[in-house]
Amino acid sequence: MRFEDKVVMVTGAARGQGRSHALRFAAEGADVIACDWDRSRPIDTAPYPLPEPAELEQTAELVRHAGRRALACPADVRDLEALTAVVAQGMDEFGRIDVLVANAAICTFSPVVDMSAQMWAETIDINLTGVFNACRATVPHIIAGGRGGRVIATASMAGRAGWENIGHYAAAKWGMIGLIKSLALEVAPYRITANIICPSSVNTTMMNNDASYRLFRPDLAAPTREDALPAFASVNVIPVPYVEPDDISDGVLFLASDDAWTITGATLSIAAGVNARNI
Amino acid sequence: MSVAPSSAASTSRRRFEGKVALITGAGRGQGRAHATRLASEGANLILCDIGDARPTSTPYDLSAASDLKTTASRARDLGARAITRAADVRSREQLDAVVADGIAEFGQIDVLLANAGIASISPIAEMSDVMWQEMIDINLGGVFKTMRAVVGHMVERGYGRIVATSSIVGRQGSPNIGHYVAAKWGVIGLVKSLAIEVAEHGVTVNALAPTSVDTLMIQNDAFWELFLPDKDEILHEEVVEAYRALNPIPEPWVAPADVSAAAAFLASDEARYITGEVVPVALGWNARNAS
Repeated sequence: MRFEDKVVMVTGAARGQGRSHALRFAAEGADVIACDWDRSRPIDTAPYPLPEPAELEQTAELVRHAGRRALACPADVRDLEALTAVVAQGMDEFGRIDVLVANAAICTFSPVVDMSAQMWAETIDINLTGVFNACRATVPHIIAGGRGGRVIATASMAGRAGWENIGHYAAAKWGMIGLIKSLALEVAPYRITANIICPSSVNTTMMNNDASYRLFRPDLAAPTREDALPAFASVNVIPVPYVEPDDISDGVLFLASDDAWTITGATLSIAAGVNARNI
Repeated sequence: MSVAPSSAASTSRRRFEGKVALITGAGRGQGRAHATRLASEGANLILCDIGDARPTSTPYDLSAASDLKTTASRARDLGARAITRAADVRSREQLDAVVADGIAEFGQIDVLLANAGIASISPIAEMSDVMWQEMIDINLGGVFKTMRAVVGHMVERGYGRIVATSSIVGRQGSPNIGHYVAAKWGVIGLVKSLAIEVAEHGVTVNALAPTSVDTLMIQNDAFWELFLPDKDEILHEEVVEAYRALNPIPEPWVAPADVSAAAAFLASDEARYITGEVVPVALGWNARNAS
């Protein structure tokens, strides 16, 4: 029980990696503020179904089922005021925040030369500014707690290299690494660490959709998941098509634990070895 | 000096039950801390450190034979079975014998912590060939030879966790230790390359990049003078402050157990899809570079 009575704020908590993080923290004793998109402002460019409000509520139910307290807080990470209100609600309810997991993101596909301004803006606003907003809303409370704390943001292997058809996503993820390294330096005196996890493909809706299958199998008109899996695997060094959300949670919980108090401003690649070909 | 938070020296988790780890440089310092951390989580241990053929260029005494016995005794107190061997990481024959003895004793090796290393000081322009060569032979060649002795066994079994100790100066330049920096960059290149070669065989290969660690390697007169070159008399408090100035998290150094905590994570099944990676245990030093 590494997180007995700690409070963790997770964005993008309705499903996928975010839900996995919420449940793993709960299983080790933490209470959870679970935040995900509230539909107040559209997201038009994502080529896959976005999370339903009921899914966020279900994450909270699962945390409660594990014996911990949970708040389901719908909010758009593009809206700093909304996130500030979520954090205030969390403070009212739980009295403290120890860990921020900035996980919310979208992934869309287009060559840069064809990319719509809207596609660029939605990705930068959600994947980069959304992380800034989550930090901006949460970290002051972690500092004020005076007990140290943890910020863990999810970037991508596309935050360490260029990648065709996701230039906007890569730009946001590189940007996030610069943001979190800078934050790490600023909050180091408060014993707050800020780190970045860089996954390769993760077995979630963001990967399991037709647009993603078409991207990985441009040779086929209507590729299925089975068609795409070998292509996903070909990117990785360990011959698996993807890592599981639980593998990412293992890294998140390690970075959030007392064992990692010395580690900050770092990127941790949970990427089936894609990073071995890079710095 | 403030009291740093600490990584758990032991833990209720038992991630290494039924696992066997080989640790080089296990006589003291980080190697000893790795041994006790893994022992506290259920591992059995093959512990080695240097024998009689001592390098001549280090400004401090290397681990003594009695140190290795003490490490083993502490691991046994935590419930581990442990064997000890004197072995020089510059010797393939000696390392092959350690691996053979370990497999004979325990039947398997699951984890290799390639930790053995030395430090010495000189500007490159004044560095002796001996100082360069001992450094490259031990801190880089020694990691290669240890990996080489173990990795075939791991590939055969379809399982292995290799964690090599590099340094935060394996990610950047640093004056007066250019040979050490070169060896530690080399370790990262070696780790990343082996990671690719053995990825399909269930073996992961990663590196640690610590900042200053509170061991005799840095707590000696030569290193203290390096930090305060113009002082006739060096006070311990001044050294602490000079080391502290290197790290964004305001601590002068990390404890050996803090490095062990990261080693244990990488060596565990929690890190099954992490390979070819470098984990900085560096109090945020790395936030100022690309690593």
